Amino acid sequence: MNLDFTPEEIAFRDEVRTFIAENHPKHLGDFGMREDMTPEEMTAWHKVLGEKGWSVPAWPVEYGGTGWTPTQRYIWSEENARANTFMPLPFGVSMVGPVIYTFGNEEQKAKHLPGIRSGDVWWCQGYSEPGAGSDLASLKTTAVRDGDHYVINGQKTWTTLAQHADWGFFLCRTDPDAAKPQEGISFILIDMKTPGVEVKPIKLLDGGYEVNETWLTDVRVPVENLVGEENKGWTYAKFLLAHERSGIAGVARSKRGVEKLREISANETLYGAPLIEDFDFARKVSQLEIDLAALEITELRTLAGEQAGKGPGPESSILKIKGTEVQQRLTELTLEAVGSYGTPYYGSIANDNSEAGSNQYPIGPDYAAHSAATYFNMRKTSIYGGSNEIQRNIITKMILGL
Amino acid sequence: MDFNFTEEQDMVRDGLSRMVREQYDWETRRKAIESEAGWSPEVWAQLAELGILGMPFSEDDGGFGGGAIDSMVIMEEFGKGLVVEPFVPTVVCAGGFLKHAGSDAQKEDHLAAIIGGERIFAFAYAEPRGRYDYADIATTAKKDGDAYTLNGHKAVVIGAPWASHLVVTARTSGSGRDRDGISVFIVEKAADGVVTRDYETVDGRRASEVYFENVSVPAGALIGEEGKALPLIELVTDEAIAAQCAEACGAMKVAHTMTVEYSRQRKQFGVPIGKFQVLQHRMVDMYTAYEQSVSLTYLATLKLDAGETERKRAVSAAKVGVGQAARLIGQEAVQIHGGNGVTDEYAIGHYFKRLTIFDHEFGNVDHHLKRHVELS
Repeated sequence: MNLDFTPEEIAFRDEVRTFIAENHPKHLGDFGMREDMTPEEMTAWHKVLGEKGWSVPAWPVEYGGTGWTPTQRYIWSEENARANTFMPLPFGVSMVGPVIYTFGNEEQKAKHLPGIRSGDVWWCQGYSEPGAGSDLASLKTTAVRDGDHYVINGQKTWTTLAQHADWGFFLCRTDPDAAKPQEGISFILIDMKTPGVEVKPIKLLDGGYEVNETWLTDVRVPVENLVGEENKGWTYAKFLLAHERSGIAGVARSKRGVEKLREISANETLYGAPLIEDFDFARKVSQLEIDLAALEITELRTLAGEQAGKGPGPESSILKIKGTEVQQRLTELTLEAVGSYGTPYYGSIANDNSEAGSNQYPIGPDYAAHSAATYFNMRKTSIYGGSNEIQRNIITKMILGL
Repeated sequence: MDFNFTEEQDMVRDGLSRMVREQYDWETRRKAIESEAGWSPEVWAQLAELGILGMPFSEDDGGFGGGAIDSMVIMEEFGKGLVVEPFVPTVVCAGGFLKHAGSDAQKEDHLAAIIGGERIFAFAYAEPRGRYDYADIATTAKKDGDAYTLNGHKAVVIGAPWASHLVVTARTSGSGRDRDGISVFIVEKAADGVVTRDYETVDGRRASEVYFENVSVPAGALIGEEGKALPLIELVTDEAIAAQCAEACGAMKVAHTMTVEYSRQRKQFGVPIGKFQVLQHRMVDMYTAYEQSVSLTYLATLKLDAGETERKRAVSAAKVGVGQAARLIGQEAVQIHGGNGVTDEYAIGHYFKRLTIFDHEFGNVDHHLKRHVELS
């Protein structure tokens, strides 16, 4: 057992580092995520990776995966975090893609996987409903067979970035009389341009619009868009959620975030000295780093288990819980580090700037902008993807056997 | 020992509570904070009419003879409705400086206008590098014959866009973080050389960056003794902290009540989520934190007139305890509201945002824990 990279792995790291340096679109800068990103900016890096063949590293090689070892995949995400790239969105790559290549038929694979790999087709997830959040199996959206079509009616919510989506994967009830709510659900792909699909934005507490309500009214979908078997959608949904959780830890990003937090707190002042020299503050940063170090090794152990043929199991719930806690704590400490300049609402200030030109006095250092918005926004992480309470239920049932 | 409020205080609470409920409802508040002005001058005029703005001033000063307990009662009601109007900057801070150290002429000039609702103040103390240290300021005031010339930059001055006057802290002598050499001035915002840049804040208020570029103020603008203002600033900010702790208590009360109510209405797995013990205990912890916060707020408020060390210890204790409770209650309220908790539409997210920023004003939990340690 050791944590060192082999010479081959170091060579791999140098290769991807060089690739990123040479190919990451310059116009994206090194901002990572920005609130005002255009759809083109969000897919720019995905498209570059699609051409290189690196957009879906975790997929089986026959479907376009890279065949990288867990260590190589770890290096890949580390290097991307280091360069603060905006990684391919998860809805195609980590969510519906694996469902299609695992449970879909050959036509579906041929039709959908290339667009997911290339980044040309934007996917969204139609799972939650106003009345079905943590209790996802209580969903009410119906798909009724009518000849060669399903007729779909219902309302989905929290559909992330659906305003840009070409396709969506939806859980719909196909058998209202099933013995258990989990039975009778089907996994259906819907072209978002189909008549009757209506996407309405939801404003979030940070001022941004990243999620939507998606209304489905008499939406006619060809039956060939059913993935796998009718009424078996819950199985696929659980498979997908486990996949979603394994990527949700966000270790590499958080490591970059901690570095940035140290930079900020070296620059900020408290009692005439750098903030990071304040023991109370430094202690909180170290505590965060310790939690993150533990999480990193836990994730690597999970990846190694996957390599040995174990699929992501219930222990991936640990990654979801601790990963989101670390992300939330990181954004909270960053907000604390920037002091008073966490208080301005930069969403309103950006507009002022564009109207009034650039000769105005600045409002705080650049790194302070959006620190509060990011903290507020990250509260979602312990709620989405199966809330952290649900993750604890999963561990209770599946691991503790209670 | 007596934890009862006077009849007058109960009446103020009831009247204000009704006003906030009926005339500061969620949609009205939203319209006000999204308007160009970002607040409601009508509400302010009404507060003046009700006598709220004169409540904490002595009768000699033209007020109604109340004090810090009255401010506590008022601020708690404001917290419940997330009232953005500048009671703390104008009445507690500017009013506090004038009350404690203002000359007769200054009181005459400003107090009646404050109490009547005609004059709004903002308190310009924070600077980009100074953080929680009121003495660590780079703004200077140089004596120049019968006048002072101010230069410097004040950061995130809450309520400044609405204000006609500013209370400004500046260094008249010494350097760095010297306790000596700090003075307080009243500056008209319209004075030559005062440059402001206004913006919204994440918790629904408005603030400005305020720059002083060779701003000349008369000697009569100095409040109290030149160079000796730090203890006065500490006293007034302690009063502001006590008032804001009361505001946070009001906000926490509502956030907790909304969360319990939501857990009754929201059904998952066939039952209201409030039936799940894991959520029940967390809501109990929120409730306990709220009650402890009320106690600490009483303590701080009742000790504002005590000796300096006793006062500072009590105020710091409150800022620590209420700050911790505000974090717990804000975060848990959002979590228990699920996805709805992170939307702009649901009120709970706005309570969370106000409770977050509360910790960053006038010194955060760590700062006041340190001050408590140092005085122990």
